[in-house]
Amino acid sequence: MRVALFLTCVNDTLYPDTGRATVKLLTRLGVEVDFPEAQTCCGQAHYNTGYRHQAEPLARHFSDVFGGYEAIVTPSGSCAAMVRELYPRLGERARAEGRGGGLAAAVAPVVPRTYELTEFLVDVLGVTDVGAYYPHTVTYHPTCHGLRSLRLGDRPARLLGAVKGLDLVELPGAEECCGFGGTFAVKNAAVSAAMGADKVRNAESTGADVLCAADNSCLMHIGGTMSRLKAGPRPVHLAEILASTEEEPLT
Amino acid sequence: MSGTFVGMPAFPEAARAAVGDATLRANLRHATHTIRDKRARAVAELDDWARLREAGKRIKDHTLRHLDRYLLRLEEAVTAAGGTVHWAADAAEANRIVTRLVQETGESEVVKVKSMATQEIGLNEALEAAGVRAYETDLAELIVQLGHDRPSHILVPAIHRNRGEIRDIFRAEMGRWGRPAPEGLTDTPAELAEAARLHLREKFLRARVGISGANFMVAETGTLVVVESEGNGRMCLTLPETLISVVGVEKVVPTWRDLEVFLQTLPRSSTAERMNPYTSTWTGTTDSDGPRAFHLVLLDNGRTDTLADEVGRQALRCIRCSACLNVCPVYERAGGHAYGSVYPGPIGAILSPQLRGTASAVDASLPYASSLCGACYEVCPVAIDIPEVLVHLRERVVEGGEVTRRGVRVRLRPAKGHAAERAAMRAARWVFGHPGALRAGQRLASRTRAVHPRTLPGPGRAWSATRDLPPVPAEPFRDWWRRTHGEGSGA
Ligand code: SF4
Repeated sequence: MRVALFLTCVNDTLYPDTGRATVKLLTRLGVEVDFPEAQTCCGQAHYNTGYRHQAEPLARHFSDVFGGYEAIVTPSGSCAAMVRELYPRLGERARAEGRGGGLAAAVAPVVPRTYELTEFLVDVLGVTDVGAYYPHTVTYHPTCHGLRSLRLGDRPARLLGAVKGLDLVELPGAEECCGFGGTFAVKNAAVSAAMGADKVRNAESTGADVLCAADNSCLMHIGGTMSRLKAGPRPVHLAEILASTEEEPLT
Repeated sequence: MSGTFVGMPAFPEAARAAVGDATLRANLRHATHTIRDKRARAVAELDDWARLREAGKRIKDHTLRHLDRYLLRLEEAVTAAGGTVHWAADAAEANRIVTRLVQETGESEVVKVKSMATQEIGLNEALEAAGVRAYETDLAELIVQLGHDRPSHILVPAIHRNRGEIRDIFRAEMGRWGRPAPEGLTDTPAELAEAARLHLREKFLRARVGISGANFMVAETGTLVVVESEGNGRMCLTLPETLISVVGVEKVVPTWRDLEVFLQTLPRSSTAERMNPYTSTWTGTTDSDGPRAFHLVLLDNGRTDTLADEVGRQALRCIRCSACLNVCPVYERAGGHAYGSVYPGPIGAILSPQLRGTASAVDASLPYASSLCGACYEVCPVAIDIPEVLVHLRERVVEGGEVTRRGVRVRLRPAKGHAAERAAMRAARWVFGHPGALRAGQRLASRTRAVHPRTLPGPGRAWSATRDLPPVPAEPFRDWWRRTHGEGSGA
């Protein structure tokens, strides 16, 4: 099977390790990975901050770049949710405003073919044991988009549960938002920081040495808070844990 | 009591102050977590919850779509039952009507129950200016009123107070309004409730005018419904000679049968009870029972304008259960006052800027008072997609657009103060439209990574004041891909 990797702008720029891990993992599972270099950003920040009209060309660009692929895989819950949940809405709004159905038609093929990484592994490849080895105590933060938009459910936990050497411990208040929310973190910095600090305290209370999530935006916020508070476990993206093997451990 | 929210600072400043108040945060955290866990259990008991939620949504949408028809039907039925209907386009008109109705009775005191609509329009202040004293009779409203405070929650307006604070308020203030608090009052719930009961009983027995709100109005019979748990509603609705109900036009439902849905979803969502202790219904007047005169003031105050907005109108489905407040992580930290309105929390963040417009600083900041985590949408018993409306209103703030104000379509200009953000968004959009530029930017960032600060200047400072930025990697992913997979692959 051949898939397109949609890495997302944040991962590309700040977290290339997550991208390399995703490629390594998928390749190990026999998937042929392609990285369309014209890809940029899904437009989520624009959309969520109120700049819907700026997000539209980005949705179109995304559809142009990925339209020809049978499956598009991304290690980012929030960007997957942007494509799956909000691209159709963008198309509909453009139509309702009398700007024609062009955008709706452009996004239609990519919407159902875009998968968040754990969905792709569990639903499309049908695997939960990806042959990973990671000898650490890990706690998992489900992230709002993963939890409530994509409804990832227990997919991440099943994947983590099958990792050799990994001890999965429950995160108190797991379903609460970490406080990132894109520009929310800047516009309402005090509330955002308070939410982040509570998330760090909860993570710390588990005694885990690693905090795992399937979205680096949330991990950036939580990790940044941890670094400032000098507390809490190390933030690691789920893809990096799943890519880790006995031969090539992630450390 | 200072019921007005005019001149409120914008949400972020008000919230910052609240976040720093340790007592407030502890009170809120305790109260919201207790109720949210109980609600989850009460809802889980019903295996048809999803269907009830969908039914509630449909009933409300249908009614809103034919609002004119159902309101006329309601007026007809109320009139036939011996009541009088008054239409109020805005707060000033509603206040004028109610004040006149009270003055016509010759009374200078009224008792009040369950009436967020009257807080929305500042009725107590208007009455006071006309020499009429209004006594709140919901326990929490009483605490707020005695404490010269403002409500901070839809269901539990005094949620920001703990028992010790309430005892102090009762001791200091009750005597100035009527029966004083008993000697040696402690902060046990039973004693506090008894003190309130004695204080209020005196008011109920004396009052000849009652003012209420309503949770629902049934168009087919002209019946109003109040759902409550203390019994004070029953007292206010039956003892006075004149009853004036002030109700938002969106509270109408077509038939009695429709109540079947909401009387299940409302109590479970709000107090986590299977059924609330008191459900009172009243229809016009009856010779030998209840008030001799009944007036219904139908309040618009921005509601039909809101109805004109395709995305935003869903906010009018709200049945004021407060479930969205109790799960909201932002409400939990910021408290209800920061929202600058009688409607706090997620629903307030979408309702107030629609009812009042986005011209004031606080109203323009409300659509941003959310991390868009989606918890509010998930619990809402009438499935209001609050995050969707928030983003829609953000668009209105930064890009302007067409809205209806007092029935007239007007074009709003973008709000001030977003120029830098708009420029940044445009620049980012340009870069993302040009993969080559993105790549160049990433390379530059990587090459200069050694000198990158971990704190940000300008508007980003708010971020880096409490969080560290991740270090910029030596090589962006796309360069690694090219290096390992060859130039032009996958392009
Ligand atoms: S928006 Fe929904 S959850 Fe919030 S108060 Fe209204 S009905 Fe309840």
